[in-house]
Amino acid sequence: MAVSEFMNPDYLDFEQPIAELESKINELRLVGSDNKLNINDEISKLQDKSHRLTEKIFSSLTPWQISQLARHPLRPYTEDYIRLIFNDFDELHGDRYFADDTALIGGIAYLEQIPVMLIGHQKGRGTTEKVKRNFGMPKPEGYRKARRLMLLAERYRMPVLTFIDTPGAYPGVDSEARGINESIAENLAVMSRLRTPIIATVTGEGNSGGAIAIGVCDHLNMLQYSTYFVISPEGCATILWKSSDHKAAAAEAMGVTSTRLEELGIVDQTIAEPLGGAHRDMKGMAERLKVQLLEQIDRFSKMNMEELLERRYRRLMSHGAQRPR
Amino acid sequence: MSNKWIDKILPKIMKVAPSAKSRSVPEGIWSKCPKCEAVLYAENLRDNLDVCPKCDHHLRISARRRLELFLDADGQSEIGADIEPTDILKFKDLKKYKDRLTAAAKSTGEKDALVVKEGRVNGHGVVVAAFEFGFIGGSMGSVVGEKFMMAVNRCLEKRLPLVCFATSGGARMQEALISLMQMAKTSAALERLKQERLPYFSVLVDPVYGGVSASLAMLGDINIAEPRAYIGFAGQDVIRQTVREKLPEGFQRAEFLLDHGAIDMIVHRHQMKTRISALIGKLLPDARVREGQLLTRNGSIGRSR
Repeated sequence: MAVSEFMNPDYLDFEQPIAELESKINELRLVGSDNKLNINDEISKLQDKSHRLTEKIFSSLTPWQISQLARHPLRPYTEDYIRLIFNDFDELHGDRYFADDTALIGGIAYLEQIPVMLIGHQKGRGTTEKVKRNFGMPKPEGYRKARRLMLLAERYRMPVLTFIDTPGAYPGVDSEARGINESIAENLAVMSRLRTPIIATVTGEGNSGGAIAIGVCDHLNMLQYSTYFVISPEGCATILWKSSDHKAAAAEAMGVTSTRLEELGIVDQTIAEPLGGAHRDMKGMAERLKVQLLEQIDRFSKMNMEELLERRYRRLMSHGAQRPR
Repeated sequence: MSNKWIDKILPKIMKVAPSAKSRSVPEGIWSKCPKCEAVLYAENLRDNLDVCPKCDHHLRISARRRLELFLDADGQSEIGADIEPTDILKFKDLKKYKDRLTAAAKSTGEKDALVVKEGRVNGHGVVVAAFEFGFIGGSMGSVVGEKFMMAVNRCLEKRLPLVCFATSGGARMQEALISLMQMAKTSAALERLKQERLPYFSVLVDPVYGGVSASLAMLGDINIAEPRAYIGFAGQDVIRQTVREKLPEGFQRAEFLLDHGAIDMIVHRHQMKTRISALIGKLLPDARVREGQLLTRNGSIGRSR
């Protein structure tokens, strides 16, 4: 992987040819302001070329490339979706026991006219914000806040919408001391019988227990270039290949695509991303997701509660069920 | 010096292996404590329930041995014995998953990492699940999840309490996301047990990590650990790399968890059977099998509701 100092940080390594074209287009635009001659033609030719090149690159992405896109520094985060899809968001803070975890946010908003509970991992942009958000790695108080909000949603019959995007739960001394494992386990138990519809969407990277801790649901969406792994590719490579250098191979081996996950009955729906990924057109992505969420809320809200819970339970029990061979 | 017990048993050994050549140690006669490195007479170690008589270290034992130590000798029946793993994803790292499964089956004699039995503990009807750490690190994949669900279902059907001895490195990476889903599956099943007011005892045995610690192992009505067992979510290497500082003394030991309020009690292996059966008696007084009363197939000893 050639990481040159000239690499455009807004583009991943395999997107660099696109970045080069885009920078040429920008240069021409600058020249264009002095000299209109034929420049517009040239720009539109290059834009066509960039479009075709993007289509070509994105038509055959490897699991590792998709893993990189899922963590793209410009990728929309939970707050972006909240801003672009919902109205009148009231963020609710704290687990009532210890602290407010800013790596996992939640609150009440309207989706059109429907009050909904939103819960999602939150990463930061830029060093300060990243540190503040603990790189999207919640501690026990984050999961306990999530649980509190889920139970609140249950009391007021609000559908719960979760947004999954985390490298994992925080692996630290304080995290362990306060029972990170229990905080995840208890969420799994509570979500399995929460008396309101739960719709989960993997928007970025969904790694391990820290992801599924807000992922038990009636319907699971995955954005096209998101990933859902039992462990990060680096972690898997370290354990099974004895070196994190084999992260691409690990992603490949675990890299069950969302299509395959649909076949396995784990993922219900893959939501297509705009050309070049969600970050190239955040509004477009948000609009696509909104349409699906509205339809899904409508569908699950109409279901009888006992039926919904029975369906959720059967779905959970079906994962890895041993069918007669 | 302090090897008095060795002096005592020496003549016995001489009888067992009278012609032991020079210093060769006949296999299966001697064991070494992995903690204090004392050379132990295997039979003594076994009689001491695989706890080092010198330093009290609780040695790792197989799932079958665990069940043998815990359950009453008669009236045992295995649940889900015929369930075998399949390599749905055709996973391959440095080795093929299929080959790892074959090797693990050969070395442990098990088909996967969980053994489940229905039986009795000091007369109380019970379903017991025990993880086999020797089978790919006791990792939880679809077979473990399925058998755990079957254990819960048997409890629901016969109104029995559940005991699980968890020892596991976590979710099984070779089954990728299907393994992760087992965390949700087992936790959801346990929730049913709770709703039916059937007690669940989670016994945490060295070591319990990852997805198993963050699901079924931490959801006991009563969480019990063996002394000094390592219990955590993230491995210590990962934590060290993240925080870049020395980890506190005793970090992630059973005693650390007790201090931090994560478990109810630490119970010595010698007392495990007595303590849990007594707790079952307190939580399910009606389920106590009285003298001469046998478990019936339809579970008529279940509490009347």
